[in-house]
Amino acid sequence: MLIVLLILFPLLASLILFFSKTSNSRNLALFFASVEFVLSLVVFLQYKSNPGSAQLSYSCEWVESLRINFSVGVDGLSLLMVLLSTFLVPIILLTSFKNTYENSHNFYGLILLMQMALVGVFVANDGFLFYVFWELALIPIYFICLLWGGENRGVITFKFFIYTLFGSLFMLIGLIYLYNHTNLDGMKSWAVQDLYDAGRSLSASQQGAVFWLIFIAFAIKMPIFPFHTWQPDTYVVAPTQGTMLLSGIMLKMGTFGTIKWLLPMVPLGLEKWGGTAVGLSVIGIIYASIIAISQKDFKRLIAYSSIAHVGLISAGILSANQQGIQGAIMQMLAHGVNVVGLFFIADILLRHTGTREIDKLGGIRNMNGNFAVLFLIVLLGSVALPLTNGFIGEFLLINGVYQYSSMMAAFAGLTVILGAVYMLRSYQNIMLGERKDSNLSFGALAASDKAVLIIICTVIIAFGVYPKPLNDLAEQGAKTIIELMK
Amino acid sequence: MKGLLIISSLGLVAMLAEIFKVKKLLLPITLLGLVAAYALNFLEWKNGMSISYFDNMVGFDKPAIAFSGIIIATAFFWFILANDYFEKDSNLTDHFALVLFAIVGSLMLTSFKNMTTLFLGIEIMSIPLYVLAASKKGDIKSHEAGFKYLIMGSFASAFLLFGIALIYGACGSFDLGEISTYIASKSGDIPLFFYVGVMMMLIAMCFKVSAAPFHFWAPDVYEGSPTLITALMSTIVKTAAFAAIMRLFLIGFAGVSEVWTGILALIIDLSLIIANFSAAMQNSVKRMLAYSSISHAAFMLMVILANVRSNISIDALVYYSLAYSIGSITAFGVLYNVTRGGNENIDAFNGLSKRNPLLALCMAIAMLSLAGIPVTAGFFAKYFVFTTMIGTSFKWLLILAILTSAIGAYYYLKVIIAMYFKPNTEQQTVPVETSNTAVIMITTILTVVIGLSPGFIAQMFKF
Repeated sequence: MLIVLLILFPLLASLILFFSKTSNSRNLALFFASVEFVLSLVVFLQYKSNPGSAQLSYSCEWVESLRINFSVGVDGLSLLMVLLSTFLVPIILLTSFKNTYENSHNFYGLILLMQMALVGVFVANDGFLFYVFWELALIPIYFICLLWGGENRGVITFKFFIYTLFGSLFMLIGLIYLYNHTNLDGMKSWAVQDLYDAGRSLSASQQGAVFWLIFIAFAIKMPIFPFHTWQPDTYVVAPTQGTMLLSGIMLKMGTFGTIKWLLPMVPLGLEKWGGTAVGLSVIGIIYASIIAISQKDFKRLIAYSSIAHVGLISAGILSANQQGIQGAIMQMLAHGVNVVGLFFIADILLRHTGTREIDKLGGIRNMNGNFAVLFLIVLLGSVALPLTNGFIGEFLLINGVYQYSSMMAAFAGLTVILGAVYMLRSYQNIMLGERKDSNLSFGALAASDKAVLIIICTVIIAFGVYPKPLNDLAEQGAKTIIELMK
Repeated sequence: MKGLLIISSLGLVAMLAEIFKVKKLLLPITLLGLVAAYALNFLEWKNGMSISYFDNMVGFDKPAIAFSGIIIATAFFWFILANDYFEKDSNLTDHFALVLFAIVGSLMLTSFKNMTTLFLGIEIMSIPLYVLAASKKGDIKSHEAGFKYLIMGSFASAFLLFGIALIYGACGSFDLGEISTYIASKSGDIPLFFYVGVMMMLIAMCFKVSAAPFHFWAPDVYEGSPTLITALMSTIVKTAAFAAIMRLFLIGFAGVSEVWTGILALIIDLSLIIANFSAAMQNSVKRMLAYSSISHAAFMLMVILANVRSNISIDALVYYSLAYSIGSITAFGVLYNVTRGGNENIDAFNGLSKRNPLLALCMAIAMLSLAGIPVTAGFFAKYFVFTTMIGTSFKWLLILAILTSAIGAYYYLKVIIAMYFKPNTEQQTVPVETSNTAVIMITTILTVVIGLSPGFIAQMFKF
């Protein structure tokens, strides 16, 4: 039942916010999100002490005639994803304290609604339920971007919505196709295990078709080259909190989906097409890194760097070996935290100086040393320096891709170098040297801003030095998937 | 059956009301009558017997009763929406009678067992609509709509009659059951003109549901007619026509399906492409809804094409009709209230979220449902279509349906964006009558409820 509470609580919270219309909605939202985080920690502890506990899974009939069940549960992988999203949502809420939004109760309500859908995606054990949550997550973020976004948001969010909807429909067809091949005592079934069995009973060419039908949805969400064209514009135009939700958590829906809802389902399809998909991911890494180097807007730079990172993650996943998947899980966690930090820094820069143009900034370290240190830590986490949280994931990922193909690994490994190039160069231009514009000033950070950055930096260092608790879960999650694929 | 009789007599009462000066009571009487018809219809459903009347001319089996239920319920909501539309009009009683007779025709279409009843049903339903389409006096567009509808409709009727005659020539009977036994017994030995007859009937029915390439009348007629009449055409008439197609092709001509499936696939193809691309380019919301109704028609035809002569496909069709009808009633209800000023372009919706948040919310949900986003009724409707189609050899149609659905999302979202994102250009508030608000809210809630628990409805419509 605990797990159902984890889904219902944010839903209830968002409804309260929608109808409360209080001016104090952000404190209220933060309170709800913190309670949700505590709840997820309780789930985590339960899982630690007894993974088979009845509290951790729940199933009841939803649409009996179609054999659709409301069936949810956690394993190592989904628990990590749930923890990531419940941890990030309060942080994201906290980052908004210096911004004022019109109709803020709706804004915060939508964020919590989004959280409900995200948690649902991660814990669903029924193919249909997974799809419903997957689609449901799109609606709040669409409205967040549309209503509180920047310039030209109408056209851009449009493209985003239609692009992702388009991918999802293909996934739906793929899932229905599998569903039609399930056979549980002569009946059809949506349960994840039965879908796995159905997928594996198909011929290689059928599996190949299902692979692409489902993978397209995930590839668009992540996004993988060449399905990425919606991403940079949407990230830039979305309000900061929307960007954080998109990049920090929603992106993980795609990678998570690939691990849980694709790999064990169509092993033969993966064998046939995995190489192509890994190739696309690696092309994306290099392509996005090169574009990132030439970006002028810091937020856009982070958007492209995110494509590069997720390219590596997906290459690792599609390599389909223990290191690759484990590394992907670790990197998903690290990337979630780091990218939220980076987008927040871009937001702080914009708020204090009125611009995000890298060339117009400079010399901020002299004006605010604390900020320079915090920025540096986040940045080092993002370029995966040893002893930061990004390191272990990236190391395992490249290792995993190497086992798959040394050629691919050589190209994928370029991300380390290219990432360092664009990140360190932008740091140098923004923070170091002399200020280029004499009007530029950068005052002290607000308390809430400082709190967010310190929390993020602590996490970056803490899990860089001692990744064991997360790594154990990730290892276990990867093992389960590898077992399933046999 | 009793529902059909009640509504027929309501029509007569409406005509007499002019003489006996009970105009004021007409609306309550009609609503009461519809409730009674619905209740009796429901009782027949409970009994679960399929009875034929009048020498097997009409027969109310379960699908017929289910479709009748949808039509009567939609009519009930429609009359509440239309209450002030009638008040303004001097020819109140005529309008009541015309609408009621159109409903009678629709009910006959859901339950015909004989080709003559089919033809009668179509004519009883269409003739009042020709008049109603042209009922906005002094408006040239409305006159054009009525005229176009009449000409095109008569064409379709001629095709239908010719088809019926050819089929009668081949098998010597108007009875659906006898036609299908004829097909079964004579397999391989059926004269060519029988197939020609089937094709002609297919064309005539596609005219009625405005599937491409027989759709040219629809946008003009929908746009020119008074908004509420358009609502009537796109809900009740559509549902009835689909019930008729289902009966005709899944029961009557199922034995010769290899002849008509290819053509039907082509028609669906064209409808999906033409409707969605044209809808995306419309400025007028009414025209957009007209084209979108063509696209929904294509979806419903897909169910017929899948030709799974099991319960699944009837289930899917009933559910789709229901989801589409209630979604359309909401959309047209909002449209009617928003466009009272006469501006039917999309900018009439600009800033509606500020002017009337409730109406905007309902419209947004209706649009999401028509676009097929979970967890609305429209999503499950599409889902059922996909599941029936995936077992057939027409999988490529599914891919096309997805591609065009994405375009569909585009034009539905355009309305949402106008409501929530564009600044106000119209007057400050949109006054809405309480009764209208109630209907719009009820249909919106139904959209969500049916979307959340489709099992309940699927259970109800198990055949």
